[in-house]
Amino acid sequence: MATIQVDIVSAEGEIHSGEATMVFVPAKMGEIGIAPRHAPLLTALNPGEVRVLDTEGKEHFFYITGGMLEVQPHLVTVLADTALRGEQLDEAAALAAQLEAEQALEGASEETDIARAQQELAEARARYRAAQKLKGGR
Amino acid sequence: MAGAKEIRNKIRSVKNMQKITSAMEKVAASKIRKAQIQMQASRPYAQRIRRVIGHLSHANPDASHPYMRERDIERVGFIVISTDRGLCGGLNVNLFKTVIGEIAKWQGKKVDVDLALIGAKSVQFFRRLGGNVVGTATHLGDKPHINDLIGSIKIMLDAYSEGKIDRLFLMHNEFISALSQRPVVETLLPVSMISETDEELQEHWDYIYEPDARELLEDFLMRYIESQVYRGAVENFACEMAAKMVAMKSATDNAGEIIDSLQLKYNKARQAAITQEISEIVGGAAAVTG
Repeated sequence: MATIQVDIVSAEGEIHSGEATMVFVPAKMGEIGIAPRHAPLLTALNPGEVRVLDTEGKEHFFYITGGMLEVQPHLVTVLADTALRGEQLDEAAALAAQLEAEQALEGASEETDIARAQQELAEARARYRAAQKLKGGR
Repeated sequence: MAGAKEIRNKIRSVKNMQKITSAMEKVAASKIRKAQIQMQASRPYAQRIRRVIGHLSHANPDASHPYMRERDIERVGFIVISTDRGLCGGLNVNLFKTVIGEIAKWQGKKVDVDLALIGAKSVQFFRRLGGNVVGTATHLGDKPHINDLIGSIKIMLDAYSEGKIDRLFLMHNEFISALSQRPVVETLLPVSMISETDEELQEHWDYIYEPDARELLEDFLMRYIESQVYRGAVENFACEMAAKMVAMKSATDNAGEIIDSLQLKYNKARQAAITQEISEIVGGAAAVTG
């Protein structure tokens, strides 16, 4: 029986790797099934379920939050996203990062102030200790 | 000579400190291993996506993308990955030295620099130093997630697409071994691809694209760059733990030395007190009998 190698990876780790007789993925334009010797195909994936039918006829399920798919005649690669994506979500993340930068730089963030105060305190303490040592020293 | 009791107190406080530093050393040592596993886990994704982009640009040369074209440089972007916490020796300082060197180099060519900062230490540093910071991400914790990085990366990618910056660099520490880390500068954009010529790619073939080659290429490139930055963050975390382990080990050793010298002082002080007491008793006895 012909088989096809299936690799499912995300940026944070490998999820699945093995031979299969059939793979179903939630492609952008609708769910597709991939049999061995499929024509080369490249597509984006929607959030959904990837089903892998392995050589023993067992079904494996993987939930992905979207990603990309590459098909070669002997190889299926699912590049799964680890995060929920989408234009708006990405925009929101970008905005949040920018705001955080502005806050930190304007000094509105208490946290950096506390950290700096602590550092200055530690410096002062060290200086005091050194001065004492000089005074008491031989 | 300080009193024996004071010295004893001091010894106790140094011992407590030593306990803390040696505990931190052990924690860091165990976290290195986890971080290394994370580093390895991020590798397959980067390899595969690189291969796909290679195929794509090979199979379909028409679908070139701004991310892959060189252009004249008027402004550059840096993504700097530092640690969130201190107590890790010279790790961040070495990185910042490199970054400042790079900034000076570009400014010498009349090229301005935009910064995206990842890690609380770099935010603190550039807050003091100044610099055009466009995005930050802090408090990634022990296990950085791509979620936390997407925002800062997106700002830079958008700036590149809009022509605000003409080159994008990634700066972080490279994990060479547990004892050695060094700052590295990598070019993220333009993506310098990839002259892998597989045997099987010699004959002409092309993918079926759904929906559209250009769009897909953009998605792939974006994810590729994100995975690079993510790998940088994970690697930098491994560096932080390695540097912390070394720094805490030397702190523990130093505390041991201080304890030894204090112990010596304490013994001397005790001896002196006893000697003095004896001579007082002897003196007193001599006065009574004499």
